[in-house]
Amino acid sequence: MEAEIKVSNLYAYFGSICALRGINISIKEKVVTAVIGPSGCGKSTFIRCINRLHEVVPEAKLSGEVLLGGKDIYSADADPILIRRKIGMVFQRPNPFPALSIYDNVAAGLKLNGIKRKNDLDGIVERSLKMSALWGEVKDKLNASGVSLSGGQQQRLCIARALAVAPEVILFDEPCSALDPISTGKIEELLFQLKKNYTIIIVTHNMQQAARVSDYTAFFLLGELVEFDKTQDIFTKPKDNRTEDYITGRFG
Amino acid sequence: MNIYIKRKIINKLMCGAAFFSALLTLAPLISIFGYVISKGITSVNFDFFTHLPMPVGEHGGGMSNAIVGTLILIGLSCLWAIPLGVFGGVYLAEFGNNKFAAAVRFSADVLNGIPSIVIGIFAYTVFVLPMKSFSAISGAFALGIIMVPTIMRATEEMLRMVPFALREAALALGVSQSRMIVSIVLKTALPGILTGILLAIARIAGETAPLLFTAFGNRFWPQGLNQPIAALPLQIFNYAISPYDDWHRQAWAGALVLILMVFLISLLTRFVIKPKYRRKEMIWKQK
Ligand SMILES: Nc1ncnc2c1ncn2[C@@H]1O[C@H](COP(=O)(O)OP(=O)(O)OP(=O)(O)O)[C@@H](O)[C@H]1O
Ligand SMILES: [Mg+2]
Repeated sequence: MEAEIKVSNLYAYFGSICALRGINISIKEKVVTAVIGPSGCGKSTFIRCINRLHEVVPEAKLSGEVLLGGKDIYSADADPILIRRKIGMVFQRPNPFPALSIYDNVAAGLKLNGIKRKNDLDGIVERSLKMSALWGEVKDKLNASGVSLSGGQQQRLCIARALAVAPEVILFDEPCSALDPISTGKIEELLFQLKKNYTIIIVTHNMQQAARVSDYTAFFLLGELVEFDKTQDIFTKPKDNRTEDYITGRFG
Repeated sequence: MNIYIKRKIINKLMCGAAFFSALLTLAPLISIFGYVISKGITSVNFDFFTHLPMPVGEHGGGMSNAIVGTLILIGLSCLWAIPLGVFGGVYLAEFGNNKFAAAVRFSADVLNGIPSIVIGIFAYTVFVLPMKSFSAISGAFALGIIMVPTIMRATEEMLRMVPFALREAALALGVSQSRMIVSIVLKTALPGILTGILLAIARIAGETAPLLFTAFGNRFWPQGLNQPIAALPLQIFNYAISPYDDWHRQAWAGALVLILMVFLISLLTRFVIKPKYRRKEMIWKQK
């Protein structure tokens, strides 16, 4: 249970705005957990609390407990840098480093942490790009700028970048919102591969996608966790009316 | 139809006005260039770059000492002003959400507006008087004071243009904040910061007033950093106000060389520290 995530009583704030109100959830390791809910309900904020990225926003505060493999990642002696290395993240909008080449974008997490051996890097870069289904499109131009790619390619580059540091958990924040159906299919395929070794949390607005890729689903509304259960149960027999309303498209 | 024609005419007129204004702003630059070149080119020869100035009345000679002196002064100023300015800019951009930073920002802007002769007098009081000698270092001190605020503010502005999303991306990879600033933020902003530094260098290369009571000028080769040193702008100034035609011609030649020097420095820097990817492409794609 190394990469199991237990969140209790999590409150998150932006200044005086309360974005998360007392979240309690226990996420199993090596499964895909989908986070769904209407825009602005706190999905991004929630996953950013798991890799300690919430705190880098000016004025942002939080309280509560987040355990990763039994250890509190917010305890006084927990190093946010080491925690973030264990918990990779793919953002809502693709954000490759414009000053770096495609190769260096993928290798960034390793290079910036002192791993410079060319042989090791070459292998990791190739493997990561293959996993994110981008290798075929960029193998001949690894030295081109990371921003010379299309939006969808950039997003897969960001996925490769996150994979390259070999995290235990990967957080996806609507990774497919900029992708065409074919790339989306590739990413979903990738999620199936990844969950053998990684714990995955994916935020998505796409109900079909949540149903297709996830084992568990959490439904957020106005900063609260309304329901959390096996995906099958959430979509076939939700316990809460609000969940049912949302997944049947009655609001949101 | 009538409205369409009217719109077309107004469009043409406005485009013409915009083009004409652009042309007019270019005019001073081109005429200065043209004038300096036509006046100076005849006196620029090999001797000008290799010989010391001749005593009054003797023909020929050059400004080699002043050229070297100016390069030394620029180099010395850069040595302390660039690190200070860039580090200060990093502080303002990355940690500058407080009153202290606001005060620094304000002082930098005020400092930018202080006449350079005042800075020269200041350098005279804190450097020349205690050392009891005009010197290259006091000159570099005065020039550096002019550079720091420009570089600092340019660095800050450029760093602020780097999107927050890139910082988050780096942090999310488990990169430390210092590494993130150096390898991602500074690297992304490098072309802009370089431009700021170049502007600062170009500005001090031609400064005369702050050197009047610091570097002072010298008719011979540089003799050490604690000694008075020749500088092109000083030499141009001295020669231009002299009553001798020969010296006037030399002054024009000096002016031409000074302009070329600034031009060369900016070309060289761009060439040596060439950013890997063009800025335009980066900003375009960022959106
Ligand atoms: N930087 C910020 N400053 C202030 N408030 C913020 C900030 N980021 C988010 N919020 C607020 O926090 C709440 C939750 O935002 P969050 O980004 O987590 O929503 P989300 O569920 O990810 O929405 P979406 O599906 O549109 O991405 C929103 O009400 C939003 O207004
Ligand atoms: Mg979001």
